[in-house]
Amino acid sequence: MKILIVGGGMGGTILGNNLARRLAPELRSGKVQLTMLSASDKHMYQPGLLYLCLGRMTPDELYRDQASLLEPGIEFQVDPVETFELDKNQVKTKSGKTVGYDILVIATGSRAAPEMIPGLAENAETFYTEQSALKMFKRLQAFQGGKVVIAVGVPHKCPMAPLEIAFMLDDYFKDRGIRDKVQLHYTYPIGRVHSLENVAKWAAPEFDRLGITYETLFNMKEVDGKNQVLKSEEGTEVKYDLLITIPAHKGMEVVEKNGLGAGGFIPTDKVKLTMDKRSNVYVIGDTTNIPISKAGSTVHYQAETLGENIAAIVKLGAPVREHDGKVFCFIECGKDRATYAMFNYTTPPDPKPPTRAVHWFKMAYNKLYWASARGLL
Amino acid sequence: MAEKIVVDARGSFCPGPLMELIARLKFAQVGDELEVLSTDKGSASDIPEWLHKVGHQLLGTREEAGVFHIALKKMK
Repeated sequence: MKILIVGGGMGGTILGNNLARRLAPELRSGKVQLTMLSASDKHMYQPGLLYLCLGRMTPDELYRDQASLLEPGIEFQVDPVETFELDKNQVKTKSGKTVGYDILVIATGSRAAPEMIPGLAENAETFYTEQSALKMFKRLQAFQGGKVVIAVGVPHKCPMAPLEIAFMLDDYFKDRGIRDKVQLHYTYPIGRVHSLENVAKWAAPEFDRLGITYETLFNMKEVDGKNQVLKSEEGTEVKYDLLITIPAHKGMEVVEKNGLGAGGFIPTDKVKLTMDKRSNVYVIGDTTNIPISKAGSTVHYQAETLGENIAAIVKLGAPVREHDGKVFCFIECGKDRATYAMFNYTTPPDPKPPTRAVHWFKMAYNKLYWASARGLL
Repeated sequence: MAEKIVVDARGSFCPGPLMELIARLKFAQVGDELEVLSTDKGSASDIPEWLHKVGHQLLGTREEAGVFHIALKKMK
């Protein structure tokens, strides 16, 4: 049986390692072949970008060689897929190879797409790539005071990032001794400050306590860079001196180009994790259109479910469990305290007051991530 | 007419039905019809309110076996 994983991010990597362990005898005997095709030989710890833009991590801490994270049974190739030929159970790669499969897993992820909002790319700071996070770091260092507007596009990766950057900027400016010269203003697309109701109920009073102003039902429409004004779909405007945005995301271009899903997000069954109308094609992580957080934690748990199911298909002839939609997200609430939100398809989160202990757990996880990607944690 | 786009946000705590709708609207065409399915009671009022504010057309809402169906047309 040929298992092909397209994508070497968090989901593809955890799944690959999970399968390599579960199917070690089958891989050794040649009964199963496990291949991973990726666009890069590097693996990035994307949550580290939140710290990079504030000067609390450095770029070298964000990367490992992808091959060093993978179990030996995985045949890893840096050769991105360009064409999906699902009716023929094969893909074609950039180098011109045709790779067949019995089971395909698409885990290509998503990307910030500031170009969807006129003026955004030219006038706003963001931290969703190494380059943009470094640019934001330098811009923040040079900033001496004024109105900082934090604006949020939909859909976006890491639903806690808007809150985290707001809280962390509050401490950042306090540490620099200029918090009294900075107005922090937060906008959010729906009628509360976070999509999770219980998180919003906790965060809004925190904003009030810290003097962070906020405006809800604000969806970015365009940025007037000349006059430093951000306009919303709802007809309101906000002036800024420094604009920091979480841009709306799209799926990867290859997904869109192959017509697999609008916006690059593939229609996916939320419990089976199969692509719509395809029983041997699975989709995990940001690539799906499942109405769930686009987050590393989401794909971590999906990869574990799928690893168990694909291994069961090989060994028993059928999958063994449905995915429950589990998500566990840390929420940094400043430079030295944090809380978390844990939920699944049926149980909402109930975040507790932030503590230093959870913050240090998050600091530890920033290092432990590499064990997580290897499928050990 | 193009097939109606169904936004199945039943049981979605995060990002939730309205965020899910806003995301899907970005990738829909003007004139497309969408239907949001939600088990969140608040959506039945929040979504029509937002549609009115932004200028999309509400085609109707109904509740069926605990699921709210909110139909709309993308206008711009």
